[in-house]
Amino acid sequence: MLLAAAVQVQAARERVYPPGETTEDTVYIRSGSALRRLTGAYNALFADVYWIRAVQYYGGLKLQLDAKGAQPGMLEPPASIAADAFPALYPLLDITTTLDPRFNIAYRFGSVFLAEAYPRGANRPDLAIALLEKGLRERPDKWQYLQDIGFVYYWFRHDYKSASHWFQKAADVPGAPWFLRSLAATTLEQGGDRQASKAMWTTILQTAEVDWVRKDAERRLLQLQALDVIDALQRVVTDYSQRTGARADWPALVGAGLLRGVPLDPTGVPYTLSDGRVELSRSSSLWPPPEEPSAKGSPRP
Amino acid sequence: MRATAAIAVSVFRESVRDKVFYNLVLFSLLMMASSFLIGQLTAGQDVKIIKDLGLAATSMFGLFLSVFIGIGLVSKEVERRSIYSLIAKPITRAQLVLGKYCGLALTLAANMAVMAVALYAVLAYLAWGVPESTRAAWDAPALDPALMKAMVLIFAELMLVIALALFFSTFSSPMLSAALTFGLYVVGHFSGDLRNFQQVVDSPVAAAFARGLYWVLPNLAQFDVKSDVVHGVSVPIGYMALTGVYAATYIAMLLAIASLVFSRRDFK
Repeated sequence: MLLAAAVQVQAARERVYPPGETTEDTVYIRSGSALRRLTGAYNALFADVYWIRAVQYYGGLKLQLDAKGAQPGMLEPPASIAADAFPALYPLLDITTTLDPRFNIAYRFGSVFLAEAYPRGANRPDLAIALLEKGLRERPDKWQYLQDIGFVYYWFRHDYKSASHWFQKAADVPGAPWFLRSLAATTLEQGGDRQASKAMWTTILQTAEVDWVRKDAERRLLQLQALDVIDALQRVVTDYSQRTGARADWPALVGAGLLRGVPLDPTGVPYTLSDGRVELSRSSSLWPPPEEPSAKGSPRP
Repeated sequence: MRATAAIAVSVFRESVRDKVFYNLVLFSLLMMASSFLIGQLTAGQDVKIIKDLGLAATSMFGLFLSVFIGIGLVSKEVERRSIYSLIAKPITRAQLVLGKYCGLALTLAANMAVMAVALYAVLAYLAWGVPESTRAAWDAPALDPALMKAMVLIFAELMLVIALALFFSTFSSPMLSAALTFGLYVVGHFSGDLRNFQQVVDSPVAAAFARGLYWVLPNLAQFDVKSDVVHGVSVPIGYMALTGVYAATYIAMLLAIASLVFSRRDFK
């Protein structure tokens, strides 16, 4: 009875004086070693707590950034939040992996959270590589970490030479799967090529051990499929404009019998056509499309 | 022997009467609630986290049980004045100490057995229906028998903690006994630092003193293989055996001293 009354009083107080936003992202102790000492025999349990914090922080902040108007699809963070986008993510992951140095998923998912372009991640491939290298110091036999470093170089730095080097190192680890050797060769030969990317994501899809990775690979493949369709549509649009001298739009192209209807991307959202350019719609879950380098093997500065 | 067993059974019955086993209900509720919540929060690490949580909770619940009951084993008898009727019986004080110790160890064993069953049940629930491809990503199977190795070493560690609590309770107050036992538990987990003290101090005397403490104080860090087991790292049987022998030796020493101190104590 009294407990119910206390709940009512608290609810009334919160209506009159709303509580402030929680500042869950504050990492009071940033030294993993200090925490390792403090947590004694319960390191692994505290590593789990920090991992849950990292996952919640990443997911929560991503939602907040979207809500604040960080336009989905913006590949680079706006200057105002670029400097502090996901500021606590690396410290949380670093603490997690210091408390439990064998926390496999913290290295593998954590590096994806860090490397992904804004707003899907922290846009920090350097920290992603640092985290994976930390994992390698603990478990040099983990070819998956070497492979993941290769992916970071491939996707986020477009440094295909380094990517190939890391894939090769992964392939050299006893017990590593056969496809890494061919991945290293393909990357060196055709790095940045869409077909090579498709082959890579297909391999990831087929070998993924975790649902999250599998779904990500499926999404990447759909993006690449959409890019193929966009290229084909772009040719139709350009031909039409050159032939008629008129600005192309979907109804005109359908009317001219060039298309059967407004084209839809693999998720069922119509492609956009403005100023003669065909693009994925920003409301599509496939947005933003992957960056495709213009020159093969040119690393991102 | 028979007298010791009778005292042990009586301590066990008293624990049941004192509703000590209520902590098992709490443990089970904690495990079940966690299994539902953790899957939503952890990006596919629920099995690892449940194992960590289960082993840590087993160790923590066991620690509180060992310390708080251990410190009262002797002092309660003195406080209630029931010690007079006990020492008037044809039993030695050493038998009394050993019987009390065995009784609490029995209580702890029963507790831990139920906790192990609860942990395996929750893990079985989590693993049920999980596709083979996902299981392949786990460091160790959900129902890994190796978890029992961690449980056995936790039990050995807690047996040592009970011996410490009982030892302190033979000559000091319950509060002081609890503080000393907890203190030694913490120090015991940092004994590695004492061993390498010369790396942080210049004084050879201090380093030698720390090294001496390293050998004398109970080394509890060696009983902690929770992380290894959860990550599927093999814990050799030889390691388990040596750690078990260390625990047995240390417990025997503590009980011998406790018996000695207790037999010299004057209750007049």
